[in-house]
Amino acid sequence: MRIVCPHCGERPVDEFVPYGAAGLKRPDASASTSDWLDYVYLRDNKAGMHGELFYHVGGCRAWLIVTRDTRTHAIAEVVAARDQRDAAR
Amino acid sequence: MNAPANIMRAAALSQPRRFAEGGLIDRSRPVSFRFDGKSYGGFEGDTLASALMANGVKLVGRSFKYHRPRGILSAGPEEPNALVEMRSGARREPNTRATQVELYDGLISASQNRWPSLTFDLRAVNSVASPLLNAGFYYKTFMWPASFWEKVYEPLIRRAAGLGRASGIEDPDIYERVSLHCDVLVIGSGPAGLMAALTAGRAGARVVLAEQDFRLGGRLLDERFEIDDADGLHWLRSIETELESLPDVQILRRTTVFGGFDQRNYGAVERVADHVPVPDEYMPRQRLWRITAKQTVLASGSIERPLVFGDNDRPGIMLAGAVRTYLNRFSVCAGERVLIFATNDDAARTIDDLAASGVNIAAVIDPRPQSSAAMINAAKRAGTKLLADAVIVRALGGRSGVRGAEIKGPDGEQVIDCDLIAMSGGWNPSLHLTSHLGHKPVWNEQIAAFVPDKLPDGMRVAGAAQGSFTLAGALADGAAAGVAAAEICGFDGVSPELPRIAPEPLALTPLWRVHGAKGKAFIDFQNDVTDKDVELAGREGFRAAELMKRYTTLGMATDQGKTANVTGLAVMAEITGSDIGKIGTTTFRPPFTPVAIGAFAGHSRGKYFRPTRLTPMHDWAAEQGAVFVEAGAWLRAQYFPNRNDDWLTAAIREVKAVRERVGVCDVSTLGKIDVQGPDAGILLDRLYCNTMSTLPVGKVRYGLMLRDDGLIMDDGTAARLADDRWLVTTTTANATKVMQHMDYCAQVLWPELDVQFVAVTEQWAQVSVAGPRSRDVLRKLVDASTGISNEVFPYMAAADVTVCGGVKARLFRISFSGELAYELAVPARYGDALIRRVMHEGAAEGIAPYGTEALSIMRIEKGHAAGGELIGQTTARDLGLAKMMSSKKDYVGRVLVQRPAFLEQDRPSLVGFRPVDRNQRLSAGAHFLEVSAKPVIENDLGHMTSVAAWSTLGHSVGLGLLAGGADRIGSIVIAHDPVRRRDIPVEVCHPVFYDPKGEKLRA
Repeated sequence: MRIVCPHCGERPVDEFVPYGAAGLKRPDASASTSDWLDYVYLRDNKAGMHGELFYHVGGCRAWLIVTRDTRTHAIAEVVAARDQRDAAR
Repeated sequence: MNAPANIMRAAALSQPRRFAEGGLIDRSRPVSFRFDGKSYGGFEGDTLASALMANGVKLVGRSFKYHRPRGILSAGPEEPNALVEMRSGARREPNTRATQVELYDGLISASQNRWPSLTFDLRAVNSVASPLLNAGFYYKTFMWPASFWEKVYEPLIRRAAGLGRASGIEDPDIYERVSLHCDVLVIGSGPAGLMAALTAGRAGARVVLAEQDFRLGGRLLDERFEIDDADGLHWLRSIETELESLPDVQILRRTTVFGGFDQRNYGAVERVADHVPVPDEYMPRQRLWRITAKQTVLASGSIERPLVFGDNDRPGIMLAGAVRTYLNRFSVCAGERVLIFATNDDAARTIDDLAASGVNIAAVIDPRPQSSAAMINAAKRAGTKLLADAVIVRALGGRSGVRGAEIKGPDGEQVIDCDLIAMSGGWNPSLHLTSHLGHKPVWNEQIAAFVPDKLPDGMRVAGAAQGSFTLAGALADGAAAGVAAAEICGFDGVSPELPRIAPEPLALTPLWRVHGAKGKAFIDFQNDVTDKDVELAGREGFRAAELMKRYTTLGMATDQGKTANVTGLAVMAEITGSDIGKIGTTTFRPPFTPVAIGAFAGHSRGKYFRPTRLTPMHDWAAEQGAVFVEAGAWLRAQYFPNRNDDWLTAAIREVKAVRERVGVCDVSTLGKIDVQGPDAGILLDRLYCNTMSTLPVGKVRYGLMLRDDGLIMDDGTAARLADDRWLVTTTTANATKVMQHMDYCAQVLWPELDVQFVAVTEQWAQVSVAGPRSRDVLRKLVDASTGISNEVFPYMAAADVTVCGGVKARLFRISFSGELAYELAVPARYGDALIRRVMHEGAAEGIAPYGTEALSIMRIEKGHAAGGELIGQTTARDLGLAKMMSSKKDYVGRVLVQRPAFLEQDRPSLVGFRPVDRNQRLSAGAHFLEVSAKPVIENDLGHMTSVAAWSTLGHSVGLGLLAGGADRIGSIVIAHDPVRRRDIPVEVCHPVFYDPKGEKLRA
C-alpha cells in the first residue's frame, strides 16, 4: 500500500503509523463518562469509505486523514488532519 | 526396450534417455549431481527434473497421504509430485519443485515423504487403508474423545503429515529486499510478454520484464514454432538481443512475481544464487523485489490439465505439453512407446514432435466422439492408430512406471502397452495474479476454462493467460498490451508488424473425468484427492467451492492445486448438475509459488533486526569494560565490572559509590523534546495531568502523561527554559510514542494552539552526576561555579550554563537516585569529552561510573515508578500519585481516570516489600497471596513489579501492586513464584525505603 502524503508525495505504507478512525468528535471536559467511553472505545466497522488517521513517522510527522474504501483498499483522498480541521471551521 | 534406430544415445555420458543432439542445453558443460545418494550426470541448461529424466529416473517421490509412487508430471511451477529436498545441512530446503531447480555441478537432492526408502515405503500401507482416508477423514475420525486430541491424535497426525524436513538450523545465507519502480511491469517472457516488453520498451517506457525461468522465451523454448517461416528460436534470440540493448528495459530472470497487492504493487522473488552450491561472499541467495508499476502486463501463460482416469498418478504419466518441453528444450526422451490421451488438438503437437524425433507412438486416444482433422492427420503422419470416442480406464504398472493402459472404446476394451502416457485435458490460463485482490474470473465455454474478468487497477492480460492459446494470438495480444500500457504512461507506442504464423488448431471438448475408471483416479496429486472424494463431498453437502476445498483438501497443498482446482470444480458441477461458472473458483492468494521466509526478512534479522542506537559516550563506556543492555533501540551501560565481577557485585559497588561519594551515569537515551511557542504552557497543561504552566522559568517539574482512557502513558520532566520555551523529557522506551502523541494533540485535537516542538534526543548528550559529593565535582566543571550553591540552584532548578570554559550546557537539579544530584547536558559532539572530564575532575572525590543496574536498585529504594510499573494498566492513583492530578484544568484522561473501576478500594496499588527472612531474595513477577491461601487465580492479590536483589538496607527489596495496598502496610503476604518455584513470606511496607523525607536530594 502506498499513501500520497500532501507534503512528501507518494510513499510506502511502512513510513506511516495507522491510528484508527478519523473525524471522531472529542467530548468536552464536562461531558459524561459514558460519552467519553464511547469516544475512546466505540468504533464503526464500515464496509465502504472510511477515514483513518495515519502518522507519517518516517517522513514529515504530519497526521493525515486517509479516506480509504475498506472493501477495495482504494484510497480516495489524503489530507493533513490540521488542514481538514481548518477547512471544517 | 528397443531404442528407435535413428536415436543416438549420449551413452558416453550415461544419460540413457538423452538424444544425441538438439535442445537448449550446453553439452560442452557436463555437470554431476546427486539424488538420494546416487550420482548422475547432466548438462548446464538442465533442470533437476530434466536431468533425472535423462538418466531414466522415473520414481521421484511418494504421495502425501497414500504414499503412492510418483514421477514427474509437468515441467514448470505447477509440479505436484516431484518435490525434493535440496542441499544438505543448514542449507537444506524442503518441498522444492524439481521442475524449477536449475541444475548445477555438485547439486545434492533427496526424495521426501518415504520411509525407509523411496522404492520401499512402509507407509504405502495407507493405500490399503484408503477407505478410511477419504474426504473428511480428519473431521470424522479425530472427533472424540476430546482428551485424545492433544495426546494421541495430534502427535499421530504430525508424524505422518508434512512432506520434506526443514533443516532446523539457522540459515547461513543472506537475503535482501529491494524496491523497484517502473512504468510497465511485464510478468512472463513467453511470446506475449516478449512482445509487450518490446513494444513498451521501444516506446521509451521504463520496463521491467520478470521471468521465473532462468531463460527467456516461455513456450517458445518448448515448441517447434515457426515464426516468419524460420525457427522460433531465431526470433526469440533477436527479440532478446534487442531487449538487452534497450537502456530502460530491466530483465529479471529467475524471478517469480508471486503476488499482486494494493495500489499497483507486486512482490517478486529473484533466485539470485539458487543455481550455485553456495552463494559468493556478500551475494544474497534470494532477493525480494517490491515492484511498484504504473502499468502491468500479465503474460503468465497457462497450465495444462491432467486427465482423471484410473491410476493416473503412475510414474510415466505426464502432461502432453511437458513431454514436448523435455523433448524439445532438454533433448530428453520421456518414453519410447508413447500413448497419447487428449481431449484437444494441442496434443497434435506432441504427436508431431515425438514422431519427428523418431519416438514410437503406441496409439492416440481421443475421447471426442468425432476426433478432429488435426489429430487424425497427426496420427497419420506418425503412422499410428487413433481411437476416437475412447478413454483410458486404468493405467497399468507400478512404482517402476507405467507399462500399459486399459482402453475402453466403441470396439470394447483392449490393453495397449506403453512406457509413457502423454495426457492433455486442455489448458487453464495462469490468472492467479489477476485474482489476488479478490477479482473473480469467469467461465469461458469456448475454451472450457476460467478467464480473467475484472482486473486489478493498472493491469492488462495478454496471451494464454487470458485464453489466447495460439502463438499468433499471444503475439498480437502482447503487442497491443505493450503499446496501450506505454501510452497510458505517456509514451507513443507503435504497433509492430506481427510475424507470420501458420494456422494453429485449437478445438477442445472437455472430459473432466473418465466414467467407469478402475482404481484411484486422482484430481489433486499432491494432496491425494480423487474424484471419489469430490463425489463424497457432494453427497455430504459440501458443494460450494470453498467448502469442497476444505472438506477434501483439494488445492490445499504446496502447489495450491495448480493442476487440480478447475478439474475439481468441474467434477463437482457434473455431480451436482450445476454450472461450473456458477460454482466459481476458490480464492487465489499470494504467493503463486512458495517463498522462503528468509526472503521476506531480508537483512532484518539477528542483530540487524532493527538499528542499534549508541550514545555519544558509548565508546568511553566500552573502554571502561561496560556490559551493555538493550533499552528501546539503544544500548546502555548495564554495569561496569572490575575484572570478573558478576553483575550484582558490580552494581552493589556502584550504588555504594553514589550513596557514599559520587557517581556518574550516561542518561543521554532519555527522550528530549524542545517545545516552543506562546501556547506551549497550554499544550503541556493538557498533556500532563499536573499543571505545568505555573512553573517559573528556571525550574523543572516531574510530570505524568495519561492516555484518554485514564491510564498512565509515560512520565518525565518538563523544564521551563524561557517564558515560551520548555524542554520535556520522556522515558527511553516511550520517546517515539510520546512524540507521536504530542503531534496528535497539536495537529488533530488542538490545531489552534500556537506551539511547535521537535525531538532533540540525539542533539544532546546528558550525564547524571549523583551523590553527596556531586556538587564538588560540578563546581570544577561549571564555569560560573558560584551559581550552583544550594541557595542559588536548589532542588528542581534548571539553567543554561557553560562548562569547561565556554561549552554551552544545560544543568538540571533532578534526582532519580535520591541523592543530591545533577543532570548536565551538552551538545552531542561534546558528550565523549564531557564524560572523560567528569571522571577526571571527580577522581579526587572518588567518582565511579554506574550503569542501569545500580540505577534500578536506587530508584526501587526510592519507590520511583519505572518500566515495571508503567505498563499501560496503571493509574496515577495506583502508583500513589493521585495528588498529581489537577482538579483545576482539563487534561488528556481526566474524565475516564475517574471511572468507578479505577477508584475501587481493593484495586492493586503500589507498596514496598521486604522478605521476612532478610536473607531471601525477592523475585519480580511473583504473585501475592494471603498466607496459607491456595495459589489459584481467585486468590490473586497482585504482583511484584520490580525487585532489587540487594539494597542499601542490606537485603532485597521490591515494589509491587497489591490489592488494597496501603491498608496492608505492616502485614505479611506470600510472594508466590511458580516459575522459580519459590514461596517467600514478605512484609508489606511503604514504597520509599531510602531517605523517605527526601532530605538528601535537597541537601
